[in-house]
This record gives sequence, C-alpha cells and structure tokens, in this order.
Amino acid sequence: MNMTIIYTILSLSILGGISAVILYFVAQQFKVVEDPRIGDVESMLPGANCGGCGFPGCRNMAEQLVKAESMEGLNCPVSDASVMTGIATYLGFEATIQEPKVAVARCNGTCEHRPKINTYDGANSCVIAAVLYSGDTGCSFGCLGEGDCVVACKFGAMYMDPLTGLPVIIEDKCVACGACVKACPKHIIELRNKGKNSRRIYVSCINKDKGAVAKKACAVACIGCGKCVKVCPFEAITLANNLAYIDYNKCKLCRKCVVECPTNSIHEINFPPRKAAEAVMENHNENTIQTN
Amino acid sequence: MNQQIHVSPSPHISGEFSVPKIMYGVVLALLPAFAASVYYFGMGAIIVTAVSVLSCVAFEYLIHRFILKTQPRITDGSAVLTGLLLAFNVPSNLPILVIVIGSLVAIGIGKMSFGGLGQNPFNPALVGRVFLLISFPVQMTSWPIPGGFSTGYADAVTGATPLALVKEAVKNGESISTLANIPSHMQLFFGHMGGSMGEVSALALLLGFAFLLYRKIITWHIPVFLIGTVFAFSGILHLVNPEKFADPVFHILTGGIMLGAVFMATDYVTSPMTHLGMIIFAIGIGLLTVIIRNFGAYPEGISFAILIMNALVPLLNRWTKPTTFGEEVKNGN
Amino acid sequence: MLKTFKRGGVHPAENKLSASAPIITAELPKVAVVPLGQHIGAPASPVVNKGDVVKVGQLLAQSSGFVSANIHSPFSGTIAKIEETIDITGFSRPAIFINVEGDDWLETIDRTDILLAECNLSATEITSKVKEAGIVGLGGATFPSHIKLSVPPGKMAQVLLINGVECEPYLTSDHRLMLEKGDEVLVGTQLLMKALSVSKAFIGIENNKPDAIQHLKILAKNYIGVEIVPLKVKYPQGGEKQLIKAVLNREVPSGALPIDVGVVVHNVGTAFAVYEAVQKNKPLIERIVTVTGKSVKNPSNFKVRIGTPATQLVEACGGVPEDTGKIVSGGPMMGKALKSLDVPVSKGVSGILLFNGKEAKRPIMEPCIRCGKCVSVCPMGLEPYLLMTFSEKQMWESSEMSHTMDCMECGSCMYTCPANRPLLDYIRLSKSTVGQIIRTRKQ
Repeated sequence: MNMTIIYTILSLSILGGISAVILYFVAQQFKVVEDPRIGDVESMLPGANCGGCGFPGCRNMAEQLVKAESMEGLNCPVSDASVMTGIATYLGFEATIQEPKVAVARCNGTCEHRPKINTYDGANSCVIAAVLYSGDTGCSFGCLGEGDCVVACKFGAMYMDPLTGLPVIIEDKCVACGACVKACPKHIIELRNKGKNSRRIYVSCINKDKGAVAKKACAVACIGCGKCVKVCPFEAITLANNLAYIDYNKCKLCRKCVVECPTNSIHEINFPPRKAAEAVMENHNENTIQTN
Repeated sequence: MNQQIHVSPSPHISGEFSVPKIMYGVVLALLPAFAASVYYFGMGAIIVTAVSVLSCVAFEYLIHRFILKTQPRITDGSAVLTGLLLAFNVPSNLPILVIVIGSLVAIGIGKMSFGGLGQNPFNPALVGRVFLLISFPVQMTSWPIPGGFSTGYADAVTGATPLALVKEAVKNGESISTLANIPSHMQLFFGHMGGSMGEVSALALLLGFAFLLYRKIITWHIPVFLIGTVFAFSGILHLVNPEKFADPVFHILTGGIMLGAVFMATDYVTSPMTHLGMIIFAIGIGLLTVIIRNFGAYPEGISFAILIMNALVPLLNRWTKPTTFGEEVKNGN
Repeated sequence: MLKTFKRGGVHPAENKLSASAPIITAELPKVAVVPLGQHIGAPASPVVNKGDVVKVGQLLAQSSGFVSANIHSPFSGTIAKIEETIDITGFSRPAIFINVEGDDWLETIDRTDILLAECNLSATEITSKVKEAGIVGLGGATFPSHIKLSVPPGKMAQVLLINGVECEPYLTSDHRLMLEKGDEVLVGTQLLMKALSVSKAFIGIENNKPDAIQHLKILAKNYIGVEIVPLKVKYPQGGEKQLIKAVLNREVPSGALPIDVGVVVHNVGTAFAVYEAVQKNKPLIERIVTVTGKSVKNPSNFKVRIGTPATQLVEACGGVPEDTGKIVSGGPMMGKALKSLDVPVSKGVSGILLFNGKEAKRPIMEPCIRCGKCVSVCPMGLEPYLLMTFSEKQMWESSEMSHTMDCMECGSCMYTCPANRPLLDYIRLSKSTVGQIIRTRKQ
C-alpha cells in the first residue's frame, strides 16, 4: 500500500470531519425556529401558489392558518372540501364548508345581439380599451372582447369564442381563484356558487342604462322591467339601477324567472331541456311581449 | 359616412419608417457591393448569393409554418437581408450544400430558436458564417482570385487574401515591408483582392453607407467609431513596429472591416439602443478585431469580435440608460 | 440659430391646411349641450334647474373644489334638462341641455371690439376675475388657470411664458388668433404678468408661422417686458417643459412643476380669454376651433360658443366627407378619437380633424426590431420599448423605476416606430396603474 494513498485518505477524512463539525455548529447557531406545523399544513395545501386565497403562495397561507385563531375568512378555493376539513382537524379548529364556486361572465352581447357601431384599433387589451372610451357597441357596460380575462387565467379554463366575441369558461377547469374577476375592467365576471349538479341561474347582463337605451344597443339586455322579481317565489332577485340581480345563495333553481324574462336575459346552465308544454308557455310569453 | 369609424388611442398618424422599408433599404444599400462582387468574382457570386437568399427565405418560411406554427412573415425582408449578408461573408466558390447548411444555421439557430425577428442576441449571418468557418475550414478559406466575370464557380483559381499573406509572413518572421504580392492601397480600395464576396470593395460599401445615412436607416456612430478605432489602434501598433504590424490603411481596407462596420455591426436587433452604447460597442469591436488580427490565430477577427460584443449588448443597454429630462436637476446638479 | 429643445422630437408633416382661413363666427345651434366636466378636477355643480331662463354669460355651474372651474352659459334660452350624455371624453357625463332662444347677453359684459389696454386692478383682483370667469388652459389641458396664478408660498414666479407654438400638425387656431387679435393677446399677457408680479414675458412661436411672428414683433414694441421668441419647428415644442427648456434653458426637475424653476406657462388662447374676462367682463363661453382634414372641402377656423355640436361645424365646412374613417378632437398626435360627431364642443377642443379611411386604419403591429428610434426621439429621455414590455408583463415596480411617470404622452415614440408597436397605449396603462400604486403608498 503506497503511503501517498494513505496520507491522502487520512488528510481528506480529517478535513471532511472538521468541516462537518463546523457546519453542524453553524447550522445550529443560525437555525430558523418556526412552528413545525407550518410545513405540515403547507404539504396539505394543493401547492399551486395561485393566490386565490388572497395570500402570496401556499406557504404564506399555511403561516396564516397556523397563526390564526379560527378558520374564519381563510379558505383555499381551488382545493375541495376535504382539504380544508383535514387542515381544520389537524389544527384543532371547526371546519367551515364553503360552497364550491365558479366564474361566470355576465354578458351575452354577441356580435349578433349587440352590433358594432365603430371599429376599435388600439392595442389588444380590455383595460386599454376601457380607459379610452365606452366601447365599440352601443352598450357601454358590455364585454370588450380583447381577452384580458383569458390571459389572466393560469389554469387554462378560459378562451375567447371567435364567433360570439365573448369569453367562455370551462367549468371543469375553473378553480374560482378570482384572477379573471380582477382582470376584467368592466367587472363583468363574478364568482357564483357552482350549484347543485353544477346548475346555476344568473342574469347575463350588467347594463345599468334605462330599458329602452339598453335594448336599442343589445337585443338580449336586461331592461329592468322587474317581471323576474315578481315571479320569484324565494325573493332571490333584486332590481337596482335598471338591472336585475339574482342572489346565488337564495336561488333554488326553480327556473321561473328564465321563462318570464322578455329579453331572454336570464341564463340557466346545465339544466335538462324543457318539456313540450313548458316550451309552449315560453313561446307564448315571447309573443305577448312582442305585440305590446 | 359610409364606413365604420375607427377609434384608437393617440397618436393617430405615423411616420415614414416601416420594417419592410428598412429591410429593403438595406438590401438596396448592398447592391453596389453585389455589383462589385459580380465584377470581380463572376458567376460564383451570383450563384452563392441566389442560393443563400433562397435557402434563408425557405427555411424561415418552413420553420414558421411547421415548427413554430405561427404566421410566416417572409415579406418583411429580414430573411432576404440575412441571406444576402451571409452570402457576402463567404468565398464565391463555396459549394451549394455548404451554403444551404449555413443558411439553416443562420436562420434556424441564429434567429428562429430565439423567437424570431427581434429576439436574437447574435447577428444571424455571423452565426452562420462562424459555424461554417469552424465546420468547413478548407472550403471557407479557399478564396478565389478576382478575375473578372469569367472567374468560374467551382473551378475558380484560389489564392491567399492579403491578410493571410501578412499573417503568414509574421509567423515566418519576415518583415511585412518585404512582401511583394500585397495589392496596393488603390487596388484594395476598389476591391481587387481575394476575400469574401462582399467585403472586398471598400468603395462599394462606402456608397452603401452613404445611402443608409441618407435614408436615416442607420446613424454614423457605429461605423465611424469602429473604423476609427481600428485605424487608431493598428496605427499605434504600426508606429511601434512597422515590420510586424501592417499600416492602418491596409487594415481598414482589407478583410471584413468595412462590411462589418456598415452592415453587420449596425444590425438593429443585435446592437445597443442608445448612442453612447453604440459608441462603446463599436470601440470594443475595433479593439478586439485588431487584437485577433495581430495577436490571435486567425488572420481575420471581425466576425468573432462582433459576436463577442453582441453578447455584451444587454449590459451596454443597462449601463448607458439615457438621463431622464429633469433628472440631473432633481439630483442636485 | 433658432432656439429649440435638445433631446428627441419628431417632424410630422405640418398639413396646416387652414392657416390662411380667417376666423369665422359659427352659427348658434338650436339645442346646446354644455358638459359639467370640461376641466381637470371635480366637475362643476349646477346652480340652475330645468325650466330656468338664462342669458349669455350667466353662471350655470359652480366650481366645486380646489381644482375646479365655473361654467357659464354660452347661450340665452331655457334649460331643457340636466342629463348624462356622451361628451368629448368618450364616456357618458352629466351635461346641461339648453334650448337656444335669441342671443341675450348679461348687461355687465362689454361686447364692443375696442381695445382696452389699461388696467388698474391689483394682482389678486385679476386672479379672482380669472377664477370667476371659469378660465381653464385652452391649449387642450384645461387646467383651471387661476390656480397657476396663485403661486404657493415658498415659491416665486420670475418669468411668464406664453405658448404660441401650436406644434401639432393641422391645428391653426392659435395661429389665426395671434394674427387677428394680436393686441388683445398682448394685453392679456400683461394682465397675467401683473397677476404674477413678474416683469418679463416671452411668447414662443414656431417658425412655420412667420406672419404671426412678424405681426406680434411689431405690436410687442408697445408692450414693455414682452419678447417674441421664434422657435425651431419640432414636435413637441409646445409641451411646457420643452418650451421652458428651449426659451430659458431651464429644466423642470422630474416630478416637479414649472413654478419650481420660477416659470408659469399659459396658452395664447388663455391669454386672450384673460383679456376678455378682465377688461370686458366676459366669462369663458367661446373659443377658436380648427376644423380640417384632407377630405374636408373648406378647412376653416371657427369662433365657436361652447356647447355647439361638432356636426354643425363640420357641416359649415362643406359637409361631412363621405370617406371619413376617423374623427379626432385636438391634434393628430395627442388628440382623442371620437365615436361620432354628435358631441358638443367643450373648453378643451382646439380642433376637429377628419381622416379618410386609408389614413384612419392603424397599421398592423410587428415584433420589436430593437432599432432604438423610440429612445432617440423621446423628449423626456425615456426608453419606450422597455416601458411597454414592463407594462405588458405587469411589472409595475420596474415601470416606476424606469420613470414611466415622467412620460408626457406626446406620442413621438409611436409615431416613429417602424414596427407600429402600440407603445403609448401600454405606457398610459402603466402610468395609471403606477400612479394608483403611488397614491395608495402615500396614504
């Protein structure tokens, strides 16, 4: 055995040993003391760092949860109920079940319903168009169609429909993080309850102009006539500023308002098609309105 | 009013510049150099240029359409320009396959892999040229002797360039002033020497420079400072030892200095955005070129010098940010 | 050597089609629409009601806040309604609708054309008359002028600059005003000098108006302390920071106002309005508007009462051209595109431009070719290509550090960009977002 090899092995081993000891003491000295539960809670969260909870990242959300006294106001919208209940049990809190939500674009002003009265030539951004003027149609509240919401969605749950010019939300991919709601300068998109069997009803219009003005600009605008308010058995619909709004917590999905609306402004999603008799009633209502 | 009113944010008028106008303007400025190359190198010049331009345009179209799956925009002239510049950087007897490979590298690696027009950090024609130089050193360094239009293409008679002669002489310890077969300054100015197709005629390139200045396509900063630095630095070296270092006029008229200064270093995408940045950029290229020429292994160094300085352009943009109006006053000037 | 600002600038085609058209008094409309928000700051609050009968010059709406201005009736008639309507801003804003009947003026207003050059009022009296008359910056900015005349404590005004530059292509309203009402403009200048307690004023005029320069130079001999300064033709010479740099070689610090270098700047139209307000007791009820465009039959300059619909003015120029593709209020570089001509003329409208279809369409955007032209033409020394990238990627901190708030939105960068990038669209977005961030930070 060559002495060089033994000397090499010895010297390197001693060097390694000394370094290990130094590193150990330095690590102990500069150790960051933190609650070990934060790491556990963080691993229970989905790890998407989407900001949907309102905090910058899952780690921060975990810190908030461990620091907090209750689960009040703390909810991860992109994970299902079992995650939050699991965290609640781990931290010893009462879990509050949140209804799953989904994004809804409340405008049906397609190229067909809402004709364009000028051409917008500026940069392809809704915010820029919204600051410039009241839009390229007669409705100054409606969707501008440049797709800021699609760009904001980090989950690939939105795309612009080239035929209608409106955004489409893929409900299976939408996690209700709220990025599109923030991105829309007209506040058209809202987070609403996904509903039992994914069924929901909403007024697909946010036009606050007087009825005649709104209807002139868009054939399916809400004209604020109030018929839906009268017909709703659960008092879920309110009328303010010439616009009807359905409270998604009170709505029991009975669909009476959908039939009643003279401009077909209220939309029902994921319902089975109506039976023949009801369809006749619906047609009758439309005809009556047109002859007035 | 019988048509829809357009609404957009201000401004509502726009100036004379557009991307095709600029690209084709540079192509026009290269025409004297093309004419000179045909005059000196004949059929070879035409073949090499045509193959280079066609393959660059074809590769850009194919890559846009089938790999990137975006709208091809070959009509804006940038691929044509890259093809021309690549052609002017190679000898006029380069085999067709080699040119095609060079075009593929120039467009594919030098431009499209970074994202297309406006995104590449390195000059695409130079990327292609350097790739060819290193991969096909023999073909890339057999320079046809200028013989007028009848100089053949594949069968052209080849000889050394003036720079190679000087390098050889210095390596063998001979004095430069004893070399007999170096062309005179007048011959160098007009282009009667061996070399890449586009770089031989200083006169033609200066005409192109004047045209670019007139059309306001480039500013004077990069060419003037580049040539000036080469002149000054090689002049100092020549004064120190005229036997080992050629005179400065020789240096600026031979090799790719003129072509590089007017057309390659001034490429918008790969040069700095501010005038001060351009000046530093040009001085850097000049210094590196003279160093490589006189102390390096290659007889000609401008391609490498430009590529090295291209890498520094983002830093130069950061260092030479313009002072905002009123900033000096605010900081207590 | 003509004076100019050193950094940046572009040279758009001048197209001063209406430069030799004398000012025509526009006809009175049948229904007038007077917006309540014609100035920077809070809209004025109405002091009249539906059904009231008003006379020309009567107060319609009161200034409502520190930065606000009065609005007076430009017509005599009955108030029809006070309602929201689309105005020159492109949005629905409250306005007073008047059914015009006759042309009855308040008795206090002097309607004669006699030049009154003497004024015995004190500085504060002049300032309060300017405030009462509802005068705002008529160059297009519409900043309430009386605020500029009340110098904040700790600062001192040394020089008055009058902006007769009119650097925007097509516009000629200031040009004609200087030619036809030169004396009144100079008296107005002296009144402003008195209000600021300064002894020196310069009137900057671009060299493409040699007749106005000549005319004013001759007249200025009778007015002590007023000097005419011809300037090199370069856009945006009319920007106040560029004007101060060219005439006085002083640079307004970033984030500061002209008063911080001892200067106050006013437009020639404002100087004329001050003359009328102080000497003739006439509030701001009319202004000069250029109506022009390559397809317009008779490009003209009108003296228009505020509230006249723009359609009427274009009809008076020979009708709306068939091939109109774009309507701009103001100049082509910084003006605002309108949805239609059914908007009322307000205090800030210096011109109505009609572009034909070919000129109206914006060319398609291409990727940035990094030519650096935007950097070399920016008069504020910014890097527009960088500011646009930061704005697209929503990097607001980097935008702020790159001085996006210093941008004066002149449009030189977008004008010169070979790739037709919407630089200014995104820079405006970053300015408003960063401005919001700065405001919340200060609270």
